[in-house]
Parts: sequence; C-alpha cells; structure tokens
Amino acid sequence: MSTVVKTVNLVKIYQDGAVPVPAVRGVDLQVEPGEFIAIMGPSGSGKSTLIHMLGGLDTRTSGEIWLDGKRADTLSESAWALLRRKKVGFVFQFFNLVANMTVGDNVELPALLAGASPKVARERRESLLGALNLTDRADASPAKLSGGEQQRVALARALANQPSVLLADEPTGNLDSRNTRDVLRLLSEVHKEGQTIVMVTHDARVASLADRVVSLFDGEIVDDGRISRRRTGTAGEVIDLR
Amino acid sequence: MRLHLLALLAKEPAHGYELKQALEQTFGSAYPSPNIGQIYVTLGRLEKDGLVKAVDVEQSNRPNKKVYYLTAKGRDVLTTWVDEPTEGPRVRDEFFMKLVLAPLTGIADRMALISRQRRHYLSLMSDLNDLLVHTPPTDRVATLLIEGAMLHLQADLDWLERCQEDLA
Repeated sequence: MSTVVKTVNLVKIYQDGAVPVPAVRGVDLQVEPGEFIAIMGPSGSGKSTLIHMLGGLDTRTSGEIWLDGKRADTLSESAWALLRRKKVGFVFQFFNLVANMTVGDNVELPALLAGASPKVARERRESLLGALNLTDRADASPAKLSGGEQQRVALARALANQPSVLLADEPTGNLDSRNTRDVLRLLSEVHKEGQTIVMVTHDARVASLADRVVSLFDGEIVDDGRISRRRTGTAGEVIDLR
Repeated sequence: MRLHLLALLAKEPAHGYELKQALEQTFGSAYPSPNIGQIYVTLGRLEKDGLVKAVDVEQSNRPNKKVYYLTAKGRDVLTTWVDEPTEGPRVRDEFFMKLVLAPLTGIADRMALISRQRRHYLSLMSDLNDLLVHTPPTDRVATLLIEGAMLHLQADLDWLERCQEDLA
C-alpha cells in the first residue's frame, strides 16, 4: 500500500499586512496506511495551518501535497473538493454540524457526496450511529445534543465516506473529561480497525493513543518519532502513594 | 504507609492480613500491591511508638493471631495528619535542572531534551490510558487516582511547551 499523505517542503506564508508571516516553513511529512499521528507544539507553531492545508481548507504557498499517491495541491478548487469528499474526513474543535439538518442526515450527507448509493449511504449512517450509541438521536437537531454527543456526530460524519485519512483539529479541545473519554474510545477503535489518522492536539490523553508524535516549532518539524509502548506495567510504576 | 494503616485501624481493630485486604479493596488496581511483610514491619514500629497496641487472639488449630487497635496517641497523630493541609506536588525539578544546565555542558541541546521528554511523558500517558481502560468504572477510587496522575502529566507537558517557547 502506498503512503496516504505526503508533503514535500510544504510552505505557508500569510500576507495580510505589509509583513509576510511564515506559518509553515518547509514541512516534509509522510503518513503510512493505518498510522495514527499526533501533531503537537505551542500555539502559533503552525499545527492548524498544516492540517488545514492537508485537508484542502487552506492553500499552500509552495511545496507539494500528495493524497493516496495523487498530487493534490495543483488541483483546481473544485477538483480538490471532489477529492476531499472521497478521501478525507475532517473533525473540528467546534463540531461544525449543519444546524438545520437532523443528526442522521448530517452523517449520511458525506457518504452521498462521496458518490455512495442512497442505500449504501443509509446503511453507513445506521452502522455509524449504532457504533457511536447515537441511534436514538438520529432525528434530533444537533443543537439539542450535548457537546460530547455533537463531537461523536462530527466523528461519525467524518467517517461516513470511509476516508483514506481522518484529519482532526483539537477534537477534544472543547469537551469535559467524560465526553473526552467517549471520543478517545472511538478514536482508538477506528484506529484499531485500520483508519489512518492525523490529529492536532494539546490533549496528552489523545496524543498518547497515537503511534507517532510530530512536534512543530516555529513552522518546522523539530521532532518526529514513535511513542514507545511499554508492557502494561503495574500501576505502582506510574502511581506511587507511599 | 504508617498513617494509612492508622486510618484503617480507626475504623476497627484488624490483623495484618485484613489490613492488606482493606488497602487492596479500597484502592483497587491503582495502589501498588502492599507487601504483607512491610505491613507487619510498619505495625511493629507503630506499636513501639505507642500508636497502636496488639492483643493475641486464640484460634483453634492455628497459632494465635495479633489483632491491632488504635491508641489515644495514635488517634491524635491521625487527627493531625487529616487536619493538616497537604503539600502541593513538586515540579519535575530534575528535568528542569537538566534543561537549564545541559546546554552549558555541550552534551545536549534543549530542543532535543524537550522532544525526548515529551515522548517519554506521552509514553507514560499511554500506560495510564491502558490502566484506565482495564479499571472497571465502578472502581471510583482507582479511577480518580489514575485521572489525577493524568492531569499531572498534562500539566508537565504544558510546562514543557512553555519551556520550549522561552528557552529553546
């Protein structure tokens, strides 16, 4: 299988005023199938800009972006939108659900947009809502849901088109600890099933689920390595009450 | 563990093995499994200091067992422990000392130290995640302990980021 996401010397320079502000300065990143990558770094280090560029939500200044072996950054906006519908799922910190559609329709829509038949899209919707314990919320409006439920819907929606890569920008940034736990469990499940994930996060609980952590500083990668898994030790190694 | 044993004895007199079981039942998987030998040694010291007393209880077909109970002095010590505010957690000063001093030695640069430490913290967090997954939600005490350890680690990571912004 080929690399799912690849960037080559990716650069983003914002030019709002007179002074150009480099946000991402030459990032080379490769994400293999099934990998879960956490992107960390201080605010202003370029994390969000990077992930937005990967999802086609922001344009690059220079460099290359490849999705599933296909060059994406040179595509027209509409061609990229098509590619995104098929290959990318995106979860934002503030859910971004469509307010005047039901929960179920929010989840079904991306599958339809990606070209699934109505029957397949409906099946996908049912199975995702079931897996996320949201079946009885299918006909509700998103506004009626708690933050944790909305984020679960957002996750279901992002997975509806069976994306090559799930991109997430601080998906637990706005949740309390109980809701965070739900989202953690789901991410860990879809990762086990082979979903490739690239996630920006400050939350160490979320980041520790990843296989690899990429640290950004000043728009550059300063560390890229695996998170070592020790055997599940006794609790006494991590918690010492004596 | 002196004060933990005193607290358990404040509830009711008990012998050493019952105290071990009580610790395990109360703290669940999050407590480093107490060693029975250590419990007896601690009880011996508490007895010597006059904080507990022991009585021999006869058992049929078995050697007598020692049942311990709290003395008035022991209760005073326990009350003082409970009533006093507890010291806050110390910061990870050893890493901070490395971070400040290492560049002077030329052995390592700060960015590399911070990156390595971040991965180490995440690996610890991953252990805690596993532990939490394997702890039944009904075990409230163990769950809270693990969550507490996670919050401390999160603070360590946030602090690491601050160090990176200001020092690296």
